[in-house]
Formats: sequence, C-alpha cells, structure tokens
Amino acid sequence: MTKPFAITLDVGSSLVNHTGSWRTERPVYVDRLPPCNHGCPAGEDIQSWLYRAESGDYYGAWKSLVENNPLPAIMGRACYHPCESACNRARLDHEVNIHAVERFLGDEAIRRGWQFEPVAATGKHVLVVGSGPSGLSAAYHLARLGHKVVIYEAGPAAGGMMRFGIPKYRLPREVLNAEIARIEKMGVEIKLNTRVDDLAQVLETKEFDAVFLAVGAHVSKRAYIPAGDASRILDALGVLRSVDGGKPPELGRRVLVYGGGNTALDVARTAKRLGATETLIVYRRTREKMPAHDFEVQEAMEEGIQFRWLSTIKEAGEAQFKIEKMRLDEKDFPQPTGEFETIEGDSLVLALGQDVDLSFLERVSGLELADGVVKVDSQMMTGYPGVFAGGDMVPADRTITVAVGHGKKAARNIDAFLRGTAYQPTPKHELAAFDKLNPWYYSDAPETVQATLDAVRRQTTFDEVVSGLDESNALFEARRCLSCGNCFECDNCYGVCPDNAVTKLGPGNRFRFNYDYCKGCGMCAAECPCGAIQMVPETI
Amino acid sequence: MPFQQIKFYQTGTFTVGNRLLDPAVRTVQSDARRSNALNCGHRACRGCGEALGARYAVDAAMRASDGNLVAVNATGCLEVFSTPYPETSWQVAWIHSLFGNAAAVAAGVVAAMKAQGKNEVRIIAQGGDGGTADIGLGCLSGMFERNDDVLYICYDNEAYMNTGVQRSGTTPPAARTATTPPVGAKPGNVFGQGKSVPLIAMAHSIPYVATASVAELHDLEYKVEKAIPIRGARYIHIHVPCPLGWGSEPHDTIKVARLAVESGLFPLFEAEYGDVTERTVIRHRRPAEEYLKLQKRFAHLFRPQRDEERIAAIQAIADRNIQRFGLQNGEARP
Repeated sequence: MTKPFAITLDVGSSLVNHTGSWRTERPVYVDRLPPCNHGCPAGEDIQSWLYRAESGDYYGAWKSLVENNPLPAIMGRACYHPCESACNRARLDHEVNIHAVERFLGDEAIRRGWQFEPVAATGKHVLVVGSGPSGLSAAYHLARLGHKVVIYEAGPAAGGMMRFGIPKYRLPREVLNAEIARIEKMGVEIKLNTRVDDLAQVLETKEFDAVFLAVGAHVSKRAYIPAGDASRILDALGVLRSVDGGKPPELGRRVLVYGGGNTALDVARTAKRLGATETLIVYRRTREKMPAHDFEVQEAMEEGIQFRWLSTIKEAGEAQFKIEKMRLDEKDFPQPTGEFETIEGDSLVLALGQDVDLSFLERVSGLELADGVVKVDSQMMTGYPGVFAGGDMVPADRTITVAVGHGKKAARNIDAFLRGTAYQPTPKHELAAFDKLNPWYYSDAPETVQATLDAVRRQTTFDEVVSGLDESNALFEARRCLSCGNCFECDNCYGVCPDNAVTKLGPGNRFRFNYDYCKGCGMCAAECPCGAIQMVPETI
Repeated sequence: MPFQQIKFYQTGTFTVGNRLLDPAVRTVQSDARRSNALNCGHRACRGCGEALGARYAVDAAMRASDGNLVAVNATGCLEVFSTPYPETSWQVAWIHSLFGNAAAVAAGVVAAMKAQGKNEVRIIAQGGDGGTADIGLGCLSGMFERNDDVLYICYDNEAYMNTGVQRSGTTPPAARTATTPPVGAKPGNVFGQGKSVPLIAMAHSIPYVATASVAELHDLEYKVEKAIPIRGARYIHIHVPCPLGWGSEPHDTIKVARLAVESGLFPLFEAEYGDVTERTVIRHRRPAEEYLKLQKRFAHLFRPQRDEERIAAIQAIADRNIQRFGLQNGEARP
C-alpha cells in the first residue's frame, strides 16, 4: 500500500491495547441477601415478587410469592411484617409497604381465580394434625412435592388461630376460606371435627409415611383471682371463638381485659364492637413493655379502648374489681406497691397467653417435652422418627408468619426424610446492608398509606379496618423497592464505565465485565445503586 | 432538562437505564448498540472523568446527528490518550490540528462540508479547559462571533492535566496545582482570578450555551441532543473530575462531580442568545466542604488545621451561584 507523505504506519485501533493489565482490583457481580428476605420468618423471596410486580406482571409476582407462602391474602393482613422493619428504604423516606402489596397480590389471585398447578404424585402419604397456618403451609408444600396429604382438624372449620383467634375486622373470613379452598383444590384433604386424642394409636395404623404436628396453643392460661359467685370471668380465646361461631357472649357495658398481648387487644376491640361502652385493658407493665405490636395498640386507642398500665387484678367481685398498682424494678419486672383501688366492670376477660394441649402425645415414645412445648431438632423433627412438629407447639415466637415458615421448613425436611436423604438449605448470601447501596439514584417517594375505616364504623361493626391498595398504588408501592443487593438492570455499570468494559447482555441476562479493558477504577461498584458489584483484589 | 412525566420510584429517572421505560425514551448510554465513539483501549487514567464525559457527549451527538458527525479535537489529555499514533479509540470522523485552533479548524470543516453540499453533516469541536479557556480562546471567540455552525464542547478538568497539572484559567481558588503549590500565607490558587467560559460564550449572544456534568447523564444527553440540530455557534461546558490532578479516588469520579453540582460550585443551566433560560434545581443540597474533602488538591484547607476563612470563602462562591442562577428549593437530605 502506498502511503501518503510522512505516513509510515497503517491506522490501528486502540483495541490492541489491553488496558486490563493495569488493574489491581477487579469488579465482580454479586448477589446479596436483601434485608426483607432476611427478616421474613416464612422465608419469602420478597424482592423477587416485588420485581415482577413492578412491571405489572402480577401473576408472575403471585407465582413467585406462593413458592414460599401459600397464604398471601391472609399474611398481607395478619402478618406483623418484620420485612418492613428491616427494609433499607426506611433510611431514605419510609419502608416499602410490603404487606400491602402482598395483600394486593393475594386479593388479585382470589379475584381472578388463580390456582396452584398439580404435580406428579410420589405415592407417599403424610398426616398433618391441625389446619392452622403451620399445618396448611406444610400441607401445601408437601402437596407441591407430590405427596398425598390429609389434615386432621379438631374444630368445625379449617384455619386454626386464623379463624378462632384473629377477629374478622382484621381478617375477613371470605379471604381465609378462599385461600384454604385453593390448597384443598390441590388435593389436600381436610377432615374436620377429627380430633387426634392419641397420636400413638394413629402411628400404629402405619397409614402414614410421616406426620406433621401443628395443633397450636389453644388452652388459655389462668391466673388465680379470688372471685365472688356473681363475678363474670371469661377467657379471651373462648370469647373470640364464640364470636366467630355467631354466638357472642354477654360481656356487659363495661369490659375489663387482663393482659398485654395481641390477643388482649383483639378481644378488647371485639368487645367494643359487641356494644361495650367502656373497654379497659389492664396490664401489669408499661406500654413499652407490652408484647402487643405497637400499630395494634395505636389502632385500639383510635377506637377508644382505654389502658391501665402497671396494674394487676387482685379480686373480682360483683361488678367491681380490686386492682393493685405496680412499679417496675431495675430488671423491669413489675413489683407490687401495696396500693389498691377499686374499679367497676361488668365482666373480666383473661388474655394471659395460651398453653399447648400435649395430652395426645402421652403414649408416643421418644418425644421430649419441655416448658409445655415439644422439642424439635434443626430439621423440625421430634424425638420420634418421622414425626415432625411446628407452629405454636414448638419453642419459637408464636406468630402466624413463624408458623408458615415452620410449615415450609418441615415440609422440605419431611420430603427429604421420605426420600431417605437430608435436606440441604442453600447457603445464604451476605446481607445487603444500607452501606452497600448508593441511594442517590433513588428518587424520593413516601409510602402509600392504606385507608382505614372511620372510627364510628370500627366501634360498631366487624368490617375490615384497613383497606387494600388498588392497582395503581400497588404498582407505585412495588416500585419503591430498592432491590438491595441484586442487580435490577438499571444500566449504571454499563453507562458509567469510562473504558466501555461492561457488556450489556440484554433483558434478564444482566451484564458481563470485559477484563481485557477494565482498568479496575471501581466506578461501577461505587455507582451501583443496589450494591450488586464488589471489588476484589487481583492475584499477582 | 424538562419535567419528565413518568416517574419510576425504584430509581426515579436518575439511573442510566430503566427496564420499565419504553426503549425509545431511554438514554443513549443505556443502549446496547450505542456508538461507543470513544472505544476501549484508550490510555486515560483509571476513573477518568474526561473519557467518560467525551463518550457521553459524542455518543449523544452521534445519535442526534444519525452518525453524520465530524469531531475536531484540540490538543490535550483527550487527544493524547485517545490517539497515540497509529492507534485510535475514536469511532467517529475525527481530526486534530493544534492546541489552540480547534474552533478555527471546526469552522473550516463547516466551510468544507458546505462546499461539498453535505448539509446534513454536523460538526463538533472539543477540547479541555486549557485549549478552550486559555490557549484557544481567541479562535473560540472568533467562531462564536461569526456564529459558525459548530457545537464546541469543553471538558473542564480545571487544569492542564496532560502536561503535569499546571493551573489554567478555570482552576478554582485554593486548589493546589504544579504551579500554585500549597505554600505560603495563601496556599494554592489565588481567589478572585480565573474565568467562566459559559458566561463569555453568552456574552457573544450565540444561539445556545449550556453547562453539564458527568454526574447528570440525563441532563447532559438532553443538552447535547438539543444543541446538535441548532444552526449556528453552540457551546457546552462539561465538568469532568480528574482523579490524578484533583487527588481524588478513581471510583469517586462521579461522586465528586455530583457534589460539585449539589454544593452549587458547578451550576447547571442553559442559555439562549445570551439569556439564561433553564437551570437545574439542586435536589439535595450539600455543603461545599464535602466536595473539597474528597480531593487532595484542597487538603491544605483541612490539614494541619482547618482554614475556616477560605473554606467559608469557597462556600460563599457556591451560595452566590445558587442565588445567581436560582438553584435553590432543594431540600437537604439528612
């Protein structure tokens, strides 16, 4: 080739110059564990269903959600959402209203009649005792794994504490029925009014290859209160159960509730709805020490429920109760002060917690019982091989979400047991803490507030207090998710690389670094909004 | 930048791309088929703001001109690191002549294209702050004054970085450079000197003048795309941090540029025919000190003891910009 004057070399491209050799650190794409997923006792992959919901793919979102939890419409209402307490967005404006989106997806599934898909049968039979959240969750997961599940339910309807413990104004029964019916449609058989009085007898029949126990804690704790003949003392669960059965008890106009847990609030709010003019919760410690969730205390106060802190009930008379004032000692234990007071009330409802009825386990060998609950190992199995247990009857926090999580975990271990293997949980990623994010890229968007029913209707009817989101604000709410720790294909790394050393692989396929040219400046990692890039030192 | 109606709160519209947006309205940089006008293998330092700014601007110009683009380059880092003979990183028709004559060469290319009847070809000239504010200012002023059909883009890294970080006409006060060492009673560059090329350009009453930053990609692309079809002289001044000359961490390049904008030290605005028409309101205002602290060229303001007087003087410059260009209304983020 003849070259122009003073030109001796052909035109070359800078691509021959592999600037990647300058690098001392290399960026790598990572997946980190979002705090919401980390915080969920039911082990939901919240971020993944929010991701699908963000693009309006509600069916995909619901499918992803029910991989871990078959009860989204129930949980979106009744769960106390530890995911939101962990949400990184709280550090920016306000946490993502995850439970409201979950509820929206659950309601959407009921409205549109979405069903679970059938699976090939394994021929194994599993008995689940109890149809509460834990039992239903286990039954669902076992059915998804192809096992034939029968649930024995002692009560006249399925749902356990969800039906007999949670009042209608928090969980409408149509929602509960719809989600249970969907599980039954998968082939799970629920035998109502079938109490297991002696488990050993059931085990002897060899009808089942494995058993999951989830009978819950239904025996109300009592406190010794000297009472006159005419004093009216009831227990909270009994009141809630009879309200659900359509035969509300006579509580009178002035109702005292003794206790500080969520059940105390549920029964106080129920009493208000049954016509009590004055409802007073008596609790021996302070509001801060109350085991009940704060938002429930707040809602109860809005409905006119009154509280009497640092008080114990010493004597019950006819329409009169003797109360002793307490004080907290250094260890925050309540101590009597010797000061007494008399307050008027027509009835007293005890909401002092619940015990598990373990009598049906008496003849089963190898079980370890302690503190009124059944001990289980890390696989949720009791001391009797093939008998697993979960929910309120094992040592754990007694919440609906923990129960659902137990059901899932037990189902996976039961499946492994039936196959003669051991279930290996996938190792967890490193937590995507707030300091891993670059929040500049997230625009300000305060949470969507769910409308609440006005006070008068709340005091007189059992209508649902908190209403749901509609499609437009559910979409908005889902899009508030920061996608902590996992790439959501925002193209930042691809855009900010001064060396074009990031290859975009197209929707759903994320990106790849071109280490031939990456100089390791770390700009991609610094500008990644969600903390999905890590810089690691090069080996020399 | 105009108000964008569609809001995506996961990242708003601040990230480079957004899977929820219609591909037609996404940024040039998020496009897998962007022209990559400044390709891999260039020899800019790690975390170079100028290399990034040049690709942002020229890729946007390529899309806006449908690829009918000629780029004229002044001498400077951008020229040196992109074209060590015989290699080139440019994937655009590109010409380099001297340090100070890019504006004049561009005017010549315009005349050549006109003579050949190629009216669709758009011409850009580009250079650093030295080639623009100092050495090339005469040619640039001539190009403005004749209203030549050129978009001149200045990548401002606030000193002569290629030759070893000497002070330029855009070096900020108090900054350490090779020629303004941090010694004596008033260390670093003097206060009250230097110039604003955007304001000089506005004084020529040309059709379009804008400032932009590598930290605000959407805004930068919007301004380049707006400028390309305008006939006549146009000027865009892009703030590009230099990790080497400023003594900042390579991974902090965008962060530093962002703090310059959010402190008010680098105001973002547009002007037409000599009047400011639009400005970018600061979303979350930041103290100037945060910007200064990331850069070793200002280290003497904080060590061995804080130089309160001069930190306050720099904050006063930021405050004056905010007041002068109307950048307020941004709430402080805790």
